[in-house]
Amino acid sequence: MNIIVLVKQVPDTTEIHVDKETGTLKRAGVPTIINPDDQAGLEVALTLKETIGAKVTVLTMGPGQAKSMLHECLATGADEAYLISDRQFAGSDTWATSKILSEAIKTLDYDLIIAGRQAIDGDTAQVGPQVAEFLKIPQVTYVEKVHEVYQNTITITKAYEDYKVVLNAKMPCLLTVLSDAYTLRYMDAKRLFETAHQPIPTLTNDTLSIDVEHIGLKGSPTRVKKTFVKAVNDKRKPLALNPEDAANKIIESLRSIS
Amino acid sequence: MIKEWMNEETLRFTKLMEEFTLKEVAPLAKEVDELERFPKETVEKMQKYHMMGIPFESKYGGCDAGYVAYAQAVLTLSKACATTGVILSAHTSLCAGPIATFGTEAQKEKYLTPLCRGDKLGAFGLTEPDAGTDAGSQKTVAIEKDDHYEITGSKIFITNALEADIYVITAMTDKSLKTRGISTFILEKGMPGFSFGKKEKKLGIRGSATRELIFNKVKVPKENLLGKVNQGFKIALTTLDAGRIGIAAQATGIAEGAIEAAIKYTKERKQFNRAIKDFQNTQFVLAELETKKEAAKHLVFEAAKLKDAGKPYSKEAAMAKLFAANVAMEVTTKALQLFGGYGYTREYDIERMMRDAKITEIYEGTNEAQKMVISAHMLRS
Amino acid sequence: MNYTDGKDIYVFIEQRDQTISEGSLELIAEAKRLISTRNFNDEVVGVLLGQNIESLAYETIYHGADRVIMCDDEHLLHYETHQYVDVLAEIVKEKHPAAFLFSGTINGRDLAPRLSARIHTGLTADATHIAYDETDLKSKTLMITRPAFGGNLYATIICPNHHPQMSTIREHVFEKLARDNKRTGNIDYYVYPHKNHDAIKVLEVIDKKEKTIDLTKAHIIVSAGRGVSNCIPLVKDIAKRVGGSLGASRALVDAGLVEKDFQVGQTGKTVKPTIYLACGISGAVQHTAGMEKSDYIIAINTDESAPIFDVADLGIIGDAKAILPILSEKLQNQ
Repeated sequence: MNIIVLVKQVPDTTEIHVDKETGTLKRAGVPTIINPDDQAGLEVALTLKETIGAKVTVLTMGPGQAKSMLHECLATGADEAYLISDRQFAGSDTWATSKILSEAIKTLDYDLIIAGRQAIDGDTAQVGPQVAEFLKIPQVTYVEKVHEVYQNTITITKAYEDYKVVLNAKMPCLLTVLSDAYTLRYMDAKRLFETAHQPIPTLTNDTLSIDVEHIGLKGSPTRVKKTFVKAVNDKRKPLALNPEDAANKIIESLRSIS
Repeated sequence: MIKEWMNEETLRFTKLMEEFTLKEVAPLAKEVDELERFPKETVEKMQKYHMMGIPFESKYGGCDAGYVAYAQAVLTLSKACATTGVILSAHTSLCAGPIATFGTEAQKEKYLTPLCRGDKLGAFGLTEPDAGTDAGSQKTVAIEKDDHYEITGSKIFITNALEADIYVITAMTDKSLKTRGISTFILEKGMPGFSFGKKEKKLGIRGSATRELIFNKVKVPKENLLGKVNQGFKIALTTLDAGRIGIAAQATGIAEGAIEAAIKYTKERKQFNRAIKDFQNTQFVLAELETKKEAAKHLVFEAAKLKDAGKPYSKEAAMAKLFAANVAMEVTTKALQLFGGYGYTREYDIERMMRDAKITEIYEGTNEAQKMVISAHMLRS
Repeated sequence: MNYTDGKDIYVFIEQRDQTISEGSLELIAEAKRLISTRNFNDEVVGVLLGQNIESLAYETIYHGADRVIMCDDEHLLHYETHQYVDVLAEIVKEKHPAAFLFSGTINGRDLAPRLSARIHTGLTADATHIAYDETDLKSKTLMITRPAFGGNLYATIICPNHHPQMSTIREHVFEKLARDNKRTGNIDYYVYPHKNHDAIKVLEVIDKKEKTIDLTKAHIIVSAGRGVSNCIPLVKDIAKRVGGSLGASRALVDAGLVEKDFQVGQTGKTVKPTIYLACGISGAVQHTAGMEKSDYIIAINTDESAPIFDVADLGIIGDAKAILPILSEKLQNQ
């Protein structure tokens, strides 16, 4: 069985804070990590590899430094990795990114594609379903558990807000997985050193030949008009309030924050 | 900074060890010490992730990654838990090490492979009740019979005792030759006559399984002789050279862990209306401790690099161990002082680090023994 | 899709078991508000899919939609990605809406991206604020603002050249209109020839049982300290009402009043929730070390010099025992 796992290298946004003096994001020195939902996806793939035997290929679209993340994926047990990178891809929104990813996927064999539900920097949760649409394969999002693979179908539990559904999907199909569902195993020390020099091919637009109208800034239906940080909070002095006013103030804060 | 010259894979490996230490080792450190409990589950995980054969050939299940990576592993583990660090060190340098260096192909397949693959844990037995620094005064004897050796005697203060499956031990094959009459053997737990004493209660590394090994006419097959007959002392000394890098790494790790704990505490603790990190005494003490710890690190990795390059490293390993052990003791003591009263309580980790540090000045060759080794190298004509 | 501007703001009306989701109703209100800010003559159109849902079409109008496009078909009884995308894509092709809004529920976030890929248009996720371009009164381009980088940054997104402009919006960001059964509007009974999609079969539906919340993953923590040691049930009640987890200072855990699992601090857990409500906690460094990285900290303490106020975004000098019952009641009435 061939499994493709889509991964993204992201800054650890839990470590990012607003610089109170400049009002901008402090990004320097923030470590990069494999996006948590993607880690779960990789763990699902590796578990399937262990239980039923599968070839696991990891793909990422990003700059050259994303190769180090791909090496980490190989060290945890993935068999192959590809970097999709080209200056022409820069500035792609989710539509264009999904287009590029799907074109890359089309060059490989696959029975199952696993993506994380969403990335912690973009936070959109759009790439998975968009890739599935471009590949014209069924999708199941918010997968909480993968149960088994049987005769070209896969049985999974999908988590809704207040109930769950057990589904059986025909392959090839795409799943998006939640980070709470699976914890990625550690890299294996032996495999880490074994795969240290394994070649990771880069797929550029020379290889993929995607219509330039569909990639990069030009190919992106959405664009960012502006960005700004939320109002910097000055720690104010505590307020002496009567219980009624205090309760109201708390509710007001709860409303505006969540 | 040491990491500047490390290659990509060693850096990645360091990241693995740091993550593993943070999530698996650190949370248990206090309990391992309080309950004097061997962290079996951690060892099993390390075995699963193939961390038990870092410097050995991949042919035998090792990572082929050399001593620099191995030293980094021991250092990282020891920052959180010196017990876990020494378990790895004793297993790797003292047991798997001599089998890799002196073993026959058959011995390597039979013993080195399971040690590296994580199927078995290793230990090493040289020290005896009457033979510490004076290791040559061994009393354990190995009497040659037709198809086996019969070993009788005992070893004391053996790390990983009872938990380990494979033991590399020394015994006298020819008393008349004194140190030149010692041989090394590979023993397995379960061999009839091979038993263990009770667990020692220690000041530090309390989770480490330290016990006596008792040999009562243990029949050891002739093919378990490691190296040549009467070559044992040389094998033991070579083995200790490598082990010293591991312990030096452990000591450096303990020191680094103590400094990091002190930095965290001095940022939080307020006295006289400010964080105590703002007092010059705190700053100067930290600066001195950091400098010494980094110097120790350089010595450790210098020795490791020499070993990886196949060059002589005995003197460097001894210097690294001597210096790092002293540094660990000094750093943990002075760091605890920065904690004040809280540092003396068992609520904080620093007192455990200080208790753990002491052993590094003693085992695998006391500070004094290191000085003997170093000066011997210096005064050779 | 490649049409210019388009007409009307469409809102996907999500329903299950004969109930319309709150989020969908909220979007109707927001669409209506948007339309009111310009003279485009656009309408709010609810798009409703399902089986036997005619009454829901009326509900949609009672909650403010000007008209409803309804597709009532047995194959649409349960949400299924392909079926729904097929219908919506056809509707969009035919009707050319200017914008299409979806509630950011699990289904919404499953459906909207797939649709946006099918019809080649831009989709913005989790909008918190929508407005027409203020610099151009004739433009139908929406400025859609949303959080990114884990909420540290806000981005305003536009989709100027593709239509419809799509966005998902989370529940409770906007407020729905009051139901008015005197409102009227057209119901367009939409028929489409369905295609067979049998790739995904439902095997079982399971109702979720009470899950214990992992403190480090909680988005809201309501934490109890010595000041509320004799009214811990009240704190637990607040935690439940806001959908958060209980937390506690070491003092309460040591006193055996709360399990160690809930302890926050140096010798407990380190947490970074969106909201941390500290009740009767003094804020000694052993505690704050475990929670000061929370996004927003509210503290209630009778002592105005309590160190907890040094880390609080909102500090209230008062008695938590008096405030919490009132808070609980207000939350109940929401």
